[in-house]
Amino acid sequence: MEDTGIGLWGVPLAIFAGAIRVSTPFIFVSLGESITERSGRINLGLEGTLVFGAMAAYAIAVMSNSPWLGVLAAMATGAVFGLVHGWICKFPRVNDIAIGIAMMQFGLGLAFFLGKPFIQPVAPHLPSIPLGGWSDLPQIQSALNINVLFILGALLSMVFWWAFKNTRVGLILRVVGDSSDAARAMGLNPDTVRLLATAVGGSLAAVGGAYLTLFYPGSWNEGISSGQGLMAVALVIFARWNPIGCFLAALLFGGAGALGPALQSVGVTQGYYLFYAAPYVLTLAILVATSSPTRSLAGAPGALSITK
Amino acid sequence: MIQIRDTPLPRAGKAVGIQTIGMTMRFGSFTALDNVSIDVPAGTFHALLGENGAGKSTLVKCIMGFYHQTSGSLSVDGHEVSVQSPKDAATYGLGMVYQNFTLVPSLTGAENLVINRAHVPAVINWAKERKELAAFMERMPFKIPLDRPVRELAAGEKQKLEIVKQLYLGRSFLILDEPTSVLTPAEADEMLGLVRGMTERGELTVLMISHKFHEVTRFTDAVTVLRRGNMAGSGLVKDLTTKDMAAMMIGDVKLAELDTRLPVAGDATPILVVRDVKAPDRTGLKMIDIGNLTVRAGEIVGIAGISGNGQKELTEVLAGQRPPEAGSITVKGSLYGATRRETRINNVRFIPEEPLNNACAPKMTVTENLAFRTFDVKREGGDALWLDMKSMRKRAASLISDFKVKTASHSSPIASLSGGNVQRAVLARELTGDVDLLIVSNPCFGLDFSAVAEIRARIMKARNSGTAVLLLSEDLDELLEMSDRIMVMSDGRLVYETPALSADISVIGAHMAGHH
Repeated sequence: MEDTGIGLWGVPLAIFAGAIRVSTPFIFVSLGESITERSGRINLGLEGTLVFGAMAAYAIAVMSNSPWLGVLAAMATGAVFGLVHGWICKFPRVNDIAIGIAMMQFGLGLAFFLGKPFIQPVAPHLPSIPLGGWSDLPQIQSALNINVLFILGALLSMVFWWAFKNTRVGLILRVVGDSSDAARAMGLNPDTVRLLATAVGGSLAAVGGAYLTLFYPGSWNEGISSGQGLMAVALVIFARWNPIGCFLAALLFGGAGALGPALQSVGVTQGYYLFYAAPYVLTLAILVATSSPTRSLAGAPGALSITK
Repeated sequence: MIQIRDTPLPRAGKAVGIQTIGMTMRFGSFTALDNVSIDVPAGTFHALLGENGAGKSTLVKCIMGFYHQTSGSLSVDGHEVSVQSPKDAATYGLGMVYQNFTLVPSLTGAENLVINRAHVPAVINWAKERKELAAFMERMPFKIPLDRPVRELAAGEKQKLEIVKQLYLGRSFLILDEPTSVLTPAEADEMLGLVRGMTERGELTVLMISHKFHEVTRFTDAVTVLRRGNMAGSGLVKDLTTKDMAAMMIGDVKLAELDTRLPVAGDATPILVVRDVKAPDRTGLKMIDIGNLTVRAGEIVGIAGISGNGQKELTEVLAGQRPPEAGSITVKGSLYGATRRETRINNVRFIPEEPLNNACAPKMTVTENLAFRTFDVKREGGDALWLDMKSMRKRAASLISDFKVKTASHSSPIASLSGGNVQRAVLARELTGDVDLLIVSNPCFGLDFSAVAEIRARIMKARNSGTAVLLLSEDLDELLEMSDRIMVMSDGRLVYETPALSADISVIGAHMAGHH
């Protein structure tokens, strides 16, 4: 090892940095989905929304030379995707899961079609905040170079957690998600609430996409997403619809995802491919360990259903 | 005083009276309510009696503004008012507590109260709200924990919270729709006693839909009886006997009578024996633990208990839907795992609660649903490969006429039948052929007099012909009428056993409430 190396300490450091880097899109998609699901509807189309948001953010950033305008554009397109999903789902006998899958394919196809001219150009990146100035080690400095969206996501998860308990909007969302009848009895229109919740969920998911093209990996191509939009839906269930849980689950998932590259970087050359599967194995293991055939799932919104 | 009111109109804690004059409601050519005039003066407790379909809910829905009456009018405190929506009703201080709870299960009591207000602040200051709620609860006769999620509350507490919610919203005339159907006798008495107290103090006027005569005679001032949309009678409760009221309710229909109970032979063979069965409940936090439960041929063993004390889990274990962690279940001396084969060999039949969802395929036809026990066996025995539609139809036709199932056609989906007729259809399927063990859960929940009498008579007939019956019910009157022995289930255990003949309701009630 060289003098500047930090040896095996590189592994936890790489996992830490990787957790932050990989988890950010998961945080946004799962926060968005937690809002949608708390209102009693599942939007499986977030993968399509994420990829379209990624494309839109990159395209606008290229044209305007401002990454933040790109993020805003992504949010707008995500909200449109959410509104379309929510609008279709309000018709009777329409199944939100089937619509979600259709919207996912639609989003992917449209993004690839419109995104062709933007594969070559280079867009400006989102800024990150260097928190590692106190250390002389370049590894630590680079690991503590934390992107702005991650910090935003962490704050949002806390705000959402607080808002679910302490604001009118939060309580209304929970009422609608738990019992459509109770909501109607108090004069709320569940369809409208769900429409808005799906729109907000879509716009947050699109921010996750913007992160992919404007920060890490930081370019637009058709393989930009590796299923973050779908995994995040599972993370929401795993986190029991709790925003802070979503944030932690995303971090755990990101950390497990960084295991493979981290081991590779310290010279483990055999079997590290196996570690690339770590997040999925981990998710499966935790889901199996925490579920039970004789017990009902605590915290699930009552109106969430696959038979509608 | 703190501002907890929705509306400025009625004064808090001051009852309003209502009056309907010639209330008539037609749906097309069908008259659901015909010229009904009732008078509920301020500060009285009024009962509304009637069978299913008698027009009780049509009347209260007209009062509450869900329906707009074809003709007739409503007065509040002597002034004629026009109620176009439940919101209008609220302005006049009219509120209703529904039979199925409208509380949101995952929200706490406090959250449920606050979110139902007409004006909820965008950001809720919980410290301030808690203080105001505490002050409000001081004035309430009910004591309810407001900081727990509603789903953790007992049924009695939920019912009280529903009433408290209406009072919190400033209502001073309440319609209670069968408020005691899910409560223990003690809970029901306590709740009605407190409501009665509020009416006597002039804080509240109550119109209660009920079909329990003992509640009507004990707690209410006056009664109105509806039959097929018409006023069948009304009067002060002190002038009427239970018999008078029953006669007004059902007219001259003859109810099915129970067979005389044959004595249980001393050496009757045990059919169902449950020993030391332990299983986790649906939350996974508690266990049900059935030490010893024996049901012998020709007897009805009733299991009493407040819902949510493990009855559902017990039926699930017996139906093979919930694997027990320990213990043994034997039927007729051999171990029983509730497979289709074991069920058939031992002639075990099962009528779960809410049979439409738990014992039927709602969208399949009545004929198909009636064939669920037999479709896969040939008439001469052995497994059937092809469905014999012709004999299925023939069998269905004879069951439908035997059990008086009212259905538009044999090929209607069973979900289109009324509750009583679904129950009759399931009973027809389960009670036909040899039945050695019958497990029934809440068979008469929400059914009218004639359906109830019919179903109880069928079960009694099965008992007298030697079937062992395990009857789980939340209705203590039903258990006392039907059972030979009554056991009480509380907190997942069978805590008390008594012969039904010498049963003491207050002792049973105390065990149900967990005082043992």
